[in-house]
Amino acid sequence: MTLSRLAPYLQATPLTLILAAFLVLPIATIAMVSFWDYDSIQIFPAFVFTNYEETITSPVTWNTYINTFKYTLIVWALTLLIGFWVAYYLAFHIRSTTMQMVLFLVCTIPFLTSNIIRMISWIPFLGRNGLLNQTLMSMGIINQPLEFLLFSDFAVVLAMVHLYTLFMVTPIFNTLMRIDRALIEAARDAGANGWQILTNVIIPLAKPGIAIGSIFVVTLVMGDFITVRFMSGGQSASVGLMMANQIALLQYPAAAANAMILLIIVLMLVGAILRVVNIRKEL
Amino acid sequence: MNSEKRSLGFYVLTAFFALFVLFLYGPLTTIFILSFQGPNGGLTFPMNGSSVHWFKNLLFEQQAVGDFGGAFTRSLLLGLMTMLATVVVSLLAGLAFRRRFLGSGPLFYLTIASLIVPSILISLGIGLAFQVFGLNPAWYSSAFGAHLTWTLPFGLLIMFAVFNRFNPSYEEAARDLGATSWQTFAHVVLPIILPSLVGVGLFGFTLSYDEFARTLMTAGTFNTLPLEIYGMTTNVTTPVLYALGTVTTVFSMAIIVVALVAIAVLRKRRARKVAG
Repeated sequence: MTLSRLAPYLQATPLTLILAAFLVLPIATIAMVSFWDYDSIQIFPAFVFTNYEETITSPVTWNTYINTFKYTLIVWALTLLIGFWVAYYLAFHIRSTTMQMVLFLVCTIPFLTSNIIRMISWIPFLGRNGLLNQTLMSMGIINQPLEFLLFSDFAVVLAMVHLYTLFMVTPIFNTLMRIDRALIEAARDAGANGWQILTNVIIPLAKPGIAIGSIFVVTLVMGDFITVRFMSGGQSASVGLMMANQIALLQYPAAAANAMILLIIVLMLVGAILRVVNIRKEL
Repeated sequence: MNSEKRSLGFYVLTAFFALFVLFLYGPLTTIFILSFQGPNGGLTFPMNGSSVHWFKNLLFEQQAVGDFGGAFTRSLLLGLMTMLATVVVSLLAGLAFRRRFLGSGPLFYLTIASLIVPSILISLGIGLAFQVFGLNPAWYSSAFGAHLTWTLPFGLLIMFAVFNRFNPSYEEAARDLGATSWQTFAHVVLPIILPSLVGVGLFGFTLSYDEFARTLMTAGTFNTLPLEIYGMTTNVTTPVLYALGTVTTVFSMAIIVVALVAIAVLRKRRARKVAG
């Protein structure tokens, strides 16, 4: 009997140990190192606030944050719009369960392939001599290739929407599938039109899924550096990229201070989303 | 809704969905086509003849940078390690969460936090922790742990979904027939959840195989495949880059197809058993 009472603790031990070693301890280390000092060749233990001071007082930090928030807002809005309608289509317009699963898998498979390859794959499409420019020029719409397509904010947002929309589709699809179809029938019997059903029945019931998707997209975009570096060709900044650059220069304490600030902001954003929508019952 | 005629909304949304799928797959298709570029072809259209020159170049010639074979082997092994660990640890934790235990709330929130904390923080944190403790980061230690912080939350959430739908009367029936708890698990619970475990394994493998940000500071001396590919993007200006993209994507797709077929076969076999 004692063994069966002990069982859940033993079963939860591996997960606890892994998260303690590779999540809690590393973040504690970042917190510690953010107060350390450094020079051009090494870092050393200390207790200074200069890393935070320099980060917070630098206008570069503020501009970088503004830029990152800009990406987050645009990508969030686009992925929500696209993700909701894709999920809606799958949940309400596809009639057979098999077809639903097949189309859902079609949407999911790219998520399981390499992000880097998916970014590279935009080059032949958006480049100066890429497909889009060639097509537009041959149609006579433009005379010169458009320069802003690749290596620009436009490219960054496009690639992020490409990479992250699935994180919206899946949770929203999940909540839409659980909506009792009788509720929609009842709304229609009571005289609601399609738009009223959408805004008064479906969207309120889809809120938990929207919240989970939003948490994914917001945290992914806030911490992103590889998409910004690759798709902007190094011309745009993001918080993650600023950290990656500090890491490359071995300025670990500065990167750590930045990381702590980013972590606090991300947790505040997640907290704000959770205040608006209660997702507990979804989990 | 099934008896109704298709509305205008259906056709509009069908077109929208088709565009979305094109958006997802279109770019991948272009690099797939361009990887068959002729020997004198460039990174963009038009095709300058067609050949398998760039695949030969990738597989048999020494590249200017990097070590494709070694990186692939490391990523494959790391993916398999992550897959195994993810399946076992998520299954155990999933079983634990079926009952109440002290600290289950904090452990759950910690797992979710693991999903929310930006990858670059995990990467930086593990890199720093190894440095502070005087350990050398390597793909099989620090990068392995970094990948688990990403795959385990997905694995646990899938296990939650599985056990929420799991009917406990099967276990009660087994126990009533005198099965020990191990027998109940091995002969009743495990066969029922096996298809989902294959799904967890698929997530574990592919997420690790493609992970970049969490590997960046944790891989140590030797690169994994995504790091290698990223390195190539800054140095390589020939379609050999696309050939590499095609090869790794085809490999990922093959893994996905194998996993999906395995899930389908397991489900069908179960259904037949239940019916028979």
